[in-house]
Amino acid sequence: MSANTALAEKYRNNFLKEIEEQVEMGDWVKMCMQCGVCSGSCPTNFQSAWEHPPQELFMMIRAGKREEVLTTTSMWNCTSCYNCIVRCPRKLPITHIMHGIAEYAHRIGKAPKMQATRFFSGLFWKNATRTGRVNELKLSMGLYFKDGLGAGIKEGMKMKDVALGLMKAKRLNPFELFGGHKCKDQKGIQAMLKKAYEIERSRKAAKMAG
Amino acid sequence: MAKHEYAFYPGCSSQKGASASNYLTSVESMCKTLDVKLTEIPDWNCCGASIGYAEAGELPRHVLNARNFALSEQNLPGQEIVATCAACWLGARETRERLTHSDTLMADTREALKEAGLTINEMPEIRHMVEVLIEDLGFDEMAKHVVRPLEGVKIAGYVGCQTNRPFGVAGESFENPQYLDKMVEMVGAEPIPEYEQKVTCCGGALAFSEPEKAQAQIKDIVESAYDHGAEMIVTPCPLCQANVEIYQGQINQRYGTKFNIPVMYYSQLMVVAYGGSAKDAALNGQVIKARRLEEIAAKPVKR
Repeated sequence: MSANTALAEKYRNNFLKEIEEQVEMGDWVKMCMQCGVCSGSCPTNFQSAWEHPPQELFMMIRAGKREEVLTTTSMWNCTSCYNCIVRCPRKLPITHIMHGIAEYAHRIGKAPKMQATRFFSGLFWKNATRTGRVNELKLSMGLYFKDGLGAGIKEGMKMKDVALGLMKAKRLNPFELFGGHKCKDQKGIQAMLKKAYEIERSRKAAKMAG
Repeated sequence: MAKHEYAFYPGCSSQKGASASNYLTSVESMCKTLDVKLTEIPDWNCCGASIGYAEAGELPRHVLNARNFALSEQNLPGQEIVATCAACWLGARETRERLTHSDTLMADTREALKEAGLTINEMPEIRHMVEVLIEDLGFDEMAKHVVRPLEGVKIAGYVGCQTNRPFGVAGESFENPQYLDKMVEMVGAEPIPEYEQKVTCCGGALAFSEPEKAQAQIKDIVESAYDHGAEMIVTPCPLCQANVEIYQGQINQRYGTKFNIPVMYYSQLMVVAYGGSAKDAALNGQVIKARRLEEIAAKPVKR
């Protein structure tokens, strides 16, 4: 049984409970009073419109629309500007809930696979934690080449002027490709993160069993 | 001994050859003038930034920040941690807040840290460099060192998101923070209090992954600065600086605009006003050169 099937079975007809137990800050969802200030404060919702803005996602969770919520591109539009958090009259940590739902959808394999920000988010975390420090050049290259070599070269050409400007200003180092900045105790970092994932997984599993 | 000492968390983008290396250079010059001593936390690691959320989960993200706290406590006991990057500051502060409020999270974090041979006994204070300037030194102390006021230069103070929300600088409003305008005034330049895009989001990491969305926001930020007659924009955040500066060419192509406005760090303005050279202020790190500041930096200092 896949992780998704097991979770869907366990929380059948109670998607709100699933979100409360499995998603970071998910227990805040029921506090939403549907005022829509979050949607009106969201820069990407304002510019290009989310499929389901935050207050709509909250209502959909309560209505049990599991498939629609977990597979939407909506929360991947979050720019982490925290405007919704500071304006929410009921003090819901909306930014964190959006990240939490996105992370959950990604974790159980429901998130849209080729959504660019989902891809970039995973890439960033792996890039940063591999050596303990971000390698900006490899990060950009990893993004441009996500759809293969041809698309990557095309994407790279589009970014040529931006990259050259940065290189001239000594803010992009081509030699980062062969190494770059890193932490000394990479072994310790890997061990500590491995442990953190283990603990987090066992806590979530305990909630599911409980 | 320096007047103020801190454990320093420079962050990935500040490193040599990275996107905000000019920020670090100017901060170092600024701190020299202000007698602020920053000691780098040995072997510090990335904060995970907000954009790491898909893979980070909750505990791994806090453990990553907690490692820096532990290293700071071990090597620089008793010192507050100062970050120059908005994301580093926010990430670390968030971890501090969560660990302080949850015994379970704290215990789990300690258990994970043990794997790296580290521990936390005391929760450090996490400060942004602008908090140090405003709260620990104050505007009077900052102004004392101005020997080359940036007279007649009109500057739009772009605060952005993450130094402003969700934590922000104490006493400031989320919708219309004043400190950056006050800093512009302090260096002798002309602020634009009616600049209405001062807390608009630059698109953050979406500038990489979904550039058309971020660039629509950046366009508003730059356009409004021009509308108010600004010659340059100033910001306290490395990602705001990069996003608002380096994509102006692409925005011009997309929208038919003719943007070409320099985007500076507050620290660069201060170094020039403090009598520093263009090199001290790392003005060569701008992709869009701040000619007016370069000219001022070449002038002799009035003492």
